[in-house]
Amino acid sequence: MWKWLHPYAKPERSYQLASTLLPWFAISSVILLTIGVVWGLAFAPSEAYQKEYYRIIYIHVPAATLSMSVYMAMATAVLISMVWQLKLADATAAALAPVGATLTTIALITGAIWGAPSWGTSWVWDARLTSYLILLFLYLGVIALNNAFDDKALASRAAGILTLVGVVNIPIIKYSVEWWNTLHQTATISKFDSPSMSTEMLWPLLINITGFAFMIGTLTLIRFKNEVLARNSMRPWVIELATKEGIK
Amino acid sequence: MPTSLLRAHQLTCIRENRILFDELDFDVNAGDLIQIEGANGTGKTSLLRILAGLSLPYEGDVLYGQSSITACRDEYYQDLTFIGHLAGVKGELSALQNLSFSLSIQGDRTDNIDQAIDNVDLTGFENANAAHLSAGQNRRIALARLWQSTSKIWILDEPFTAIDKSGVAALEQLFIDHTAQGGAIIFTSHQELLIANQQVIHINLEDNS
Amino acid sequence: MTPLDHQSLNYTPLSYGQLFMKVMNRDLKVAIHNKGDILNPLIFLVIVITLFPLGIGPETNLLTRIAPGIIWVAALLSALLSLERLFKNDFIDGSLEQMLLSPQPLFIMVLAKITAHWLLTGLPILIIAPLLGLMLHMEPLAYPALMITLAIGTPVLSLIGAIGVALTVGLKKGGVLLSLLILPLYIPLLIFATGAIEAASLGMPYGSHLAIISALLIGAITLSPFAVSSALRVSTN
Repeated sequence: MWKWLHPYAKPERSYQLASTLLPWFAISSVILLTIGVVWGLAFAPSEAYQKEYYRIIYIHVPAATLSMSVYMAMATAVLISMVWQLKLADATAAALAPVGATLTTIALITGAIWGAPSWGTSWVWDARLTSYLILLFLYLGVIALNNAFDDKALASRAAGILTLVGVVNIPIIKYSVEWWNTLHQTATISKFDSPSMSTEMLWPLLINITGFAFMIGTLTLIRFKNEVLARNSMRPWVIELATKEGIK
Repeated sequence: MPTSLLRAHQLTCIRENRILFDELDFDVNAGDLIQIEGANGTGKTSLLRILAGLSLPYEGDVLYGQSSITACRDEYYQDLTFIGHLAGVKGELSALQNLSFSLSIQGDRTDNIDQAIDNVDLTGFENANAAHLSAGQNRRIALARLWQSTSKIWILDEPFTAIDKSGVAALEQLFIDHTAQGGAIIFTSHQELLIANQQVIHINLEDNS
Repeated sequence: MTPLDHQSLNYTPLSYGQLFMKVMNRDLKVAIHNKGDILNPLIFLVIVITLFPLGIGPETNLLTRIAPGIIWVAALLSALLSLERLFKNDFIDGSLEQMLLSPQPLFIMVLAKITAHWLLTGLPILIIAPLLGLMLHMEPLAYPALMITLAIGTPVLSLIGAIGVALTVGLKKGGVLLSLLILPLYIPLLIFATGAIEAASLGMPYGSHLAIISALLIGAITLSPFAVSSALRVSTN
C-alpha cells in the first residue's frame, strides 16, 4: 500500500523532492503573506475597543497557533523514525526544531508587544503566555541536546526521546498552568473577548495563517536539505553534487 | 548451509566523517576463534561494540540466528559475554561482591565462585575492596566471569591487557576449551597468541577501508 | 539447531523482585562509601532556604506566604544537584554497559537504581522538611500537606530527572544541559504541590491536588523507566 513511498526513503530522492518543492512553497508563502499582511494591516477595519493595535494578531495568532503544530509535527517525525527506522524522519525532526522555537519566540514577543497597551504591562503571567514560554524551553532543550552530540544520528535519537517526553508533558503542563492561573487570578484585563470576529478581520488572518504554514514549509525544506547533506556527506552523490556546485 | 551463530551483514561504520570499515561481511560459527586486527584507530573497538549491540552501525545489520540483534536483545544477551575496555568493577565493593553481582545480572553460573576467583589468582583478595587492588587485578575480576559463563559467544576487547604471563596462559587455555565445546570467541589483541594455533581466523580491518 | 539450545540447563533468570533488590542493594552499598553525595545536596538545600530570608527580609508574614514555593523550588534544585550521580559512575567504570548487555529486563534495573537514588536523596529531604518549614515560619496547618506532597512528589523528581541524566550521561558538559532539559518538566509538579500546601494553610481541602500528584507519580513510574532505558542505549553508543 505504501510502496510508492519507498523510493523517498532514499536520501538522494528525497533531497531532489525537497529541491523541487522548495520554490513552490517559497512563492506561495511570499504571495500569501504579502496579501495577508497588507490586507490585515492596511485595509481590515479597526477594532471597537483596541482601535489599531489589535492588528498585531495578524502576526501573533499565526505564530502562536502554528508553534504548537510544529512541535506535534516534530514528534510525529520522531515516532516515524523510531517505528520504521527511517533516518530521513530524523532529519525532518532536526530541521523542524529551530523553526518551531523561532515561531514560539515570535508569538511571545508579539504577545508582549500586544500586552503593553491592552494590559498596561509587557509581561503578565497569563496562562497562555506562560505555557508558550514553557513550550519555548522545551524547544530549546531539544535544540541544545541536538547540538550536544557530535554524531548526528545519535543526536537525533537523544533529541527524539526528549521530544516524545515533551509531547506527553505538554498537555499536563498546559492544564497545570491554566489551573495555576485561575488560582492566582490577578486583576488584569483579560484578553479581549471577541465571540465573533467580523469576516473582514477574519479573512486576512486565515490567509496569514496559511502563509505562515507555507513559510514554515519553506524554512523546513531548506533546513531539511542541509540536514540530509550533512548526514550523508560521505556518499558519492553528495560529493558529486558538491563538485558540480564548485565546492571543494 | 550450517547456521552461523552470529553474522555481520554489510556493516559500515563512520566516525568523525571517516569511513572505518565499509560493507563488512563475515560469519561467526561455532568453534571459531576470530581475532580482529588493525592498527590503532581502524575501528576494532567500534566493530566489537557494534557486534555486541552497544553501538549501531551506520549501515548494515548484525544477525543472531535469523533476526537482527536489536530485535532479540534478551535472547542474544543470554548467549553473549562481552568484556570491553572498562572492567565494570565498582571500587567500593569487594572482588567477590563485584563478581557475584555481575554473574547474577548476566545470567551466568553463580555456583562455585571461589573456583572462578582462584582461576584468576585472586584468592586471598576476594574480600578486599576493588579500589585497593591493582589495575591488572581489577581486570581479572572482570575476566573471572568467563570461567562461569554460560554464553556461547564471547566478545572480548583486549582481554590480555594488564594480565601477566601465567594469566595469559590460563586465558588461552580457556579459549581453547570454549571453542572446543562449540563456543565462539571474537577478540582483539595487540599480541600474538602464544599457542601457535592454526585455527585462529584473522580479520584485518585495514584491508577493508 | 538454534544457538539457544544449550541455555536451558544453566540459565535461570532472576525474578523481577530479586533483580530489583540486587540492583538496589548494590547501589545502596556503593553509596555508603560516598557519604558526601548524600549530604551535600541536603546542605545545599538548607543554604538555599537560608538565603531567602536574607534576600527578601525576615518579615514573618511574607515568609509564611512564600514558604511552600521556596521549599519546593529548593527541593527541585537540590534534586537536580544530586541527579548526576545516578548513572555517571556506572557510565565511567563500565558497569552501565554491562547492565545494558544483561539478558534481564533493563527497565527493572533502571527502576531499582532510581529507587535507590530516591532513598538516598529524596527521603532525606522529607526528613528535614519540618525543619525547613520552621525556618520559614510556615503555617502550622500546612505541615501535613508539605510532608505528603514531598513524599509522593520527590519520587517524581527522581523519575523524570533520570530521563535527563540518561540523555546527558555520555556528554562531557552534561550538567547545565540537564537542568535545561528537565526543569520545564518539573513545572506541573511544582504547581500542584505548592497549590496543595497553600490550600492546606488556608484550611481548605487539598485531596484533589494529591490525587493529581499521585497520577503524575503513577505516570512517571510506568513511562520513565522505558524512556531512561532507550536513552541509556543512546548514551553508551
